[in-house]
Amino acid sequence: MSQESLLEISNLKQHFKTGRHSVIKAVDGLNFNIYKGETFGLVGESGCGKSTTGRTIIRLYDATEGEVYFNGENVHGKKDKSELKKFNREMQMIFQDPYASLNPRMKVEDIIAEGMDIHGLVENDKQRKEKVHDLLETVGLDQEHANRYPHEFSGGQRQRIGIARALAVDPSFIIADEPISALDVSIQAQVVNLMKQLQRDKELTYLFIAHDLSMVKYISDRIGVMYFGKMVELADADELYKNALHPYTKSLLSAIPLPDPDYERSRVRFNYDPSDHDTSEEPEFREVGPDHWVLCTTNEFEHYKKQLATV
Amino acid sequence: MDNHKPSKDLFVPVEKQEGEAEKLSRPSLSFWQDSFVRLRKNVGAMIGLVVLILLAFMAIFGPYMNQYDAYEQDLQRAKMPPKIPVLENISWLGVDGTLSSIKEAETVEAAREKALARFGGDEETITTNVLTEPSGDQLARVEGIQDVYAAKEIETNFWFGTDSLGRDLWTRAWEGTRISLFIALLAALIDMVIGVAYGGISGYYGGRVDNILQRIIEILVGIPNLVVVILMILILEPGITSIIIALTITGWISMARIVRGQVLKLKNMEFVLASKTLGAPDNRVLRKHLVPNVTGLIVINTMFTIPAAIFLEAFLSFIGLGLPTPIASLGTLINDGFDSLQIYPYIMIFPALIISLIMIAFNILADGLRDAFDPKMRE
Ligand SMILES: Nc1ncnc2c1ncn2[C@@H]1O[C@H](COP(=O)(O)OP(=O)(O)OP(=O)(O)O)[C@@H](O)[C@H]1O
Ligand SMILES: [Mg+2]
Repeated sequence: MSQESLLEISNLKQHFKTGRHSVIKAVDGLNFNIYKGETFGLVGESGCGKSTTGRTIIRLYDATEGEVYFNGENVHGKKDKSELKKFNREMQMIFQDPYASLNPRMKVEDIIAEGMDIHGLVENDKQRKEKVHDLLETVGLDQEHANRYPHEFSGGQRQRIGIARALAVDPSFIIADEPISALDVSIQAQVVNLMKQLQRDKELTYLFIAHDLSMVKYISDRIGVMYFGKMVELADADELYKNALHPYTKSLLSAIPLPDPDYERSRVRFNYDPSDHDTSEEPEFREVGPDHWVLCTTNEFEHYKKQLATV
Repeated sequence: MDNHKPSKDLFVPVEKQEGEAEKLSRPSLSFWQDSFVRLRKNVGAMIGLVVLILLAFMAIFGPYMNQYDAYEQDLQRAKMPPKIPVLENISWLGVDGTLSSIKEAETVEAAREKALARFGGDEETITTNVLTEPSGDQLARVEGIQDVYAAKEIETNFWFGTDSLGRDLWTRAWEGTRISLFIALLAALIDMVIGVAYGGISGYYGGRVDNILQRIIEILVGIPNLVVVILMILILEPGITSIIIALTITGWISMARIVRGQVLKLKNMEFVLASKTLGAPDNRVLRKHLVPNVTGLIVINTMFTIPAAIFLEAFLSFIGLGLPTPIASLGTLINDGFDSLQIYPYIMIFPALIISLIMIAFNILADGLRDAFDPKMRE
């Protein structure tokens, strides 16, 4: 895998004003890169700001502070219309709720073709139909489904329609915001496999958002763990599983059940207590091992380093 | 412990049958087709619809069905009771062109005198029936029935009778229905346009704009509706235009609120976000995603606004703030009839029946539409 960055996020902040004096710091200073062709998993508990991160990256929200560079270009900087449109084509999103992400008044054909219509990618109706049929086939649906309405489909089918809609504009980067968490377990693998296959065929880069580690481990190359708007640990997927350092990551890992009775009998769930941290100074994001980053204070940094050396 | 471990060969993979599972058997129906199918199954709503179509037909063609004009006065034929050919033979309908009156007195003779006097003493056209003979302290009761058409030597029939100025009530009733419906439809249309635009802008742009627009609505709502309407009518020249203005001046508020709420909900739905990430400009989002998803609610709300507007117009006319005298509307007709309700009940009954039918039909139909548009009703 090449180590060329597709996306660079530096000090990204997204604060929502909810009242005259109250502010929700949904995202509070994120720094990370996403390499070309990889799948970056972003995990954390509900409400920690994962969706907000994704939506800010794709410019659904204006960032309060910080920059997002896509292929070296600043996404949030001032742009004219044509440049913005180029970004819209490069970056796409797959949404969490398959029941809310498709307009109930539109036919599947029009839903999938929306991007092509906006960007003028097709010349005539015949070509539009053909492309829609191709896309339906790509995501494993029937051509005949083009003339139907979303309410006639199951959750997994809808999610695949959502994927087809995103693919219609030939993006290179896709943000998948918990694309499987609303699906039945039996369908989850189907959608994940489809995404993996598409990644191979179309050289896509994914930001895969999830709230538990079990499926992310399977799909991701690198994983970032978020806690209350901050990234607390970032490492290769395997490294994170083997040598989790931050107590929050450990707690997440301890929550994964395995279909192995022996393991389950000895599994101890581990609760994260934020007050256990060293509070002598503001924690910073530091590289503890090669490509293994942890949010820590200087004291904790030394401690983690030692811990990493012993394994 | 190891004996709990299930052996691998106990598991047989289920055969893949994706191809078949993806098949959809139901015919493909759009939201509107689907709703219409459900509406058609609703008997009440269909009756309401038929009644409304009939009433609308009569409002358009009714006034031309006889030779009389809605404004032509003729005191010679004032207060003629209704007379409808064929139906006149069914006595309990009371459309046989006769007026009746029951008089009481000490003796049968005296009562009969009174009954004759009630109709001007023209004995040829009056029949009298003795209802009760005097006995003990019970008075004699005699019913006098006059064939008014014979008495006035009028050959033609007034289907709904005439009013105190001799105007044909059939013509006036349908003319009034037409004017009332026109006022209500126009008022509802204006309410809809203002309400949708106001609520849409307020909801879609949100923030400061929303804040200001909502404060304005709150102020308007704070003033009692009737006070505003009455003040408006007093300032403006009475007439159809001013009634419409009075009805719309506060009427759009409920529509604005409904649309705003709906847009607020919709604009953060994921399909709208998806459209934005594809680069859709605001007007496309509004046109393709927001408007089609609030249309159902707009239609339902309008269907409820129309009868409310008809009622308010009738109410204003009834308390004397509505249309000026010669113009017929259901409200003014009821007001006219109310003055002589006890002697000539038919003057009020017909417009009252029509207005009741309109109100009931609209409400039933609107109810049916609400059920039909509700996706939870989908089978
Ligand atoms: N538009 C907004 N205005 C105000 N607060 C918001 C807004 N969007 C999100 N938030 C708040 O920001 C925080 C992070 O929300 P976000 O949706 O990013 O969480 P999440 O990690 O995606 O959670 P989940 O796993 O449930 O999807 C939450 O506390 C939420 O209430
Ligand atoms: Mg989320």
